[in-house]
Amino acid sequence: MLTNQNFIKVFFLETHVERISNLQDFKKAELDRETGLFLYEDMTLGRRFEDKCAEMYYRGKMFGFVHLYNGQEAISTGVIGAMKKKHDWFCSTYRDHVHALSAGVPSFEVMSELFGKATGCSKGRGGSMHLFSREHHLLGGYAFIGEGIPVALGAAFSSRYKKEVACDKSSDSVTAAFFGDGTCNNGQFFECLNMAQLWKLPIIFVVENNKWAIGMAHDRATSNPEIWRKASAFGMHGEEVDGMDVLAVRGAAQRAIERARAGEGPTLLECLTYRFRGHSLADPDELRSEKEKEFWGKRDPIKKLAQEIIEGKFATEEELKSIDKKIDTEISESVKNALEAPEPPSEELTRYIWAED
Amino acid sequence: MAGTLLFNALKEAIDEEMANDVNVCVMGEDVGQYGGSYKVTKDLYEKYGELRVLDTPIAENSFTGMAVGAAMTGLRPIVEGMNMGFLLLAFNQISNNMGMLRYTSGGNYKIPAVVRGPGGVGRQLGAEHSQRLEAYFHAVPGIKIVACSTPTNAKGLMKAAIRDDNPVLFFEHVLLYNLSEELPDGDYICALDQADVVKEGKDITLLTYSRMRHHCLKAVEELDKKGVDVELIDLISLKPFDMETISKSIRKTNKVIIVEECMKTGGIGAELIALITEECFDDLDARPIRLSSQDIPTPYNGNLENLTIIQPHQIVEKVEDLISGSI
Ligand SMILES: Cc1ncc(C[n+]2csc(CCOP(=O)(O)OP(=O)(O)O)c2C)c(N)n1
Ligand SMILES: [Mg+2]
Repeated sequence: MLTNQNFIKVFFLETHVERISNLQDFKKAELDRETGLFLYEDMTLGRRFEDKCAEMYYRGKMFGFVHLYNGQEAISTGVIGAMKKKHDWFCSTYRDHVHALSAGVPSFEVMSELFGKATGCSKGRGGSMHLFSREHHLLGGYAFIGEGIPVALGAAFSSRYKKEVACDKSSDSVTAAFFGDGTCNNGQFFECLNMAQLWKLPIIFVVENNKWAIGMAHDRATSNPEIWRKASAFGMHGEEVDGMDVLAVRGAAQRAIERARAGEGPTLLECLTYRFRGHSLADPDELRSEKEKEFWGKRDPIKKLAQEIIEGKFATEEELKSIDKKIDTEISESVKNALEAPEPPSEELTRYIWAED
Repeated sequence: MAGTLLFNALKEAIDEEMANDVNVCVMGEDVGQYGGSYKVTKDLYEKYGELRVLDTPIAENSFTGMAVGAAMTGLRPIVEGMNMGFLLLAFNQISNNMGMLRYTSGGNYKIPAVVRGPGGVGRQLGAEHSQRLEAYFHAVPGIKIVACSTPTNAKGLMKAAIRDDNPVLFFEHVLLYNLSEELPDGDYICALDQADVVKEGKDITLLTYSRMRHHCLKAVEELDKKGVDVELIDLISLKPFDMETISKSIRKTNKVIIVEECMKTGGIGAELIALITEECFDDLDARPIRLSSQDIPTPYNGNLENLTIIQPHQIVEKVEDLISGSI
């Protein structure tokens, strides 16, 4: 396992590619049939849902800024899949569709929200960048950089507070805050690392380092590009992990969750990843080189897991194909139903401003 | 019975609500061991412990955001802005998160949080520590804004704010913390959305809030001697305005002057005058007037500072002018 302490000599690797090629091996999550199929299904749902979003966007069915998650699925599935649904808490950004799906928000509710329908998880008032579900403990998608991190910290604070002040022994929820590499240059990131470690809060800071912040390459914005190392400045545990390998992410998440639940405090988990599409569906994506895209394309996390499942004889290719089919059917139905779903009633325009309404 | 100082009235409110509900907690800079920079949370740290009265690092946007997350997950945090001006750093959390989140979440979450602290022009504190943020925050949807002005309403409003399920911005005034007054007995609250008719009168309506209530009271006394019968209303609720009480008064007096400490441009009075014009136009015998602070950063020099904010004699003069029809 890579820990801060293991590193006496500090060295910086220049590029994302070099870093992921030089990652040290540490304990991945175990693969068995049940786990493999669950992870495969969750990642496939994320991928196919996003592909459908692109289609719907270009067909003029959804509007605004739509940020897709393709390529990064191993992180949502690896982390959220290792947590307790409707018990632990999840906090996302504007790139939030797949986190919502992994947390268990039905694809119909997410798609409805993207269409602005009354049946959306935010009742058509949030849109792509503001998915919320109290039922599924999704604290929300936050459209401004970094602002979700303090909110996630608050959920982690509540967890400790309820246990120690309200003496609720069952209060052992852990919060996962997801955000990008560019966000790690924002003050709220540093402020919250400090408070989380200071108060030993049960939170995992999950950095989805996809190397780019719109058109700003990570190395051009960041004096020390190895984000996980910043944990040590706060006395916090940090790890870097191959974000294209769901078992590696799951393994790291399991360690972080265990520590957080045991009251041992937060973890900064930097997942090296890449987005397979532009920043948003409005992004012409002209800055990233073909060579770079090709390198990462070969590390498709879904294909990688499929290969491991088949090679390990946990399931057959046919079984995986039937999962693909099942997901496609589910998504088609969600799209169909969401398209037919009602608009939010005009007379309810001002509803949900106040707690009483 | 001895009077209670305003800062102690606030403390009583917080203490009683913390005793009532284990989910009520306080967070902010120096609120715990130090007892708050104006001693509003004195001794509560010893009584309730370090998690319930949480001393935070100096990180306004993050601890305010943390309060949002805590409120979303069941707590009822009270955030202290050591000085309300510092909350400019938390503008995003107050606006985007507290104000908008319930709506954008389609009612998934509620945010029962209070953000409180000292604001207003003090005594030569310099521009940055003399701000009136109520006007800056006024356009934010989804938050309630109140300003206390006496020990009695400070306590009653604070208790109501803590019990309210919506985010409440609670303005105190640096120069009012040492006001003393005998408090009503028992567990009372003051409605967050109700103006206070401080003195009934028939000749003219004065609308004011926070420290200017006391400047107005001085003016009212003076005017009374001159035979002018003023109706003085303390707005209390800056958002939403209690238009019922306000328009009822204007229907009676047909004249209105707004006295405020915030700057004139984009101020509380600006919005109020717009509403009065829309809703009470036919009841007005004269144009509505605003007495506001100068549109400048508050100067340090004492004389200049006094010239920046409205003084009681200016209120007297303006009322006389309006009554005599000379303006
Ligand atoms: C406060 C704020 N400033 C700027 C933006 C515009 N913006 C949206 S996404 C983004 C880049 C973020 O990059 P990163 O954190 O790496 O996340 P990624 O999009 O790569 O997932 C920027 C600058 C914003 N949403 N919020
Ligand atoms: Mg990025």
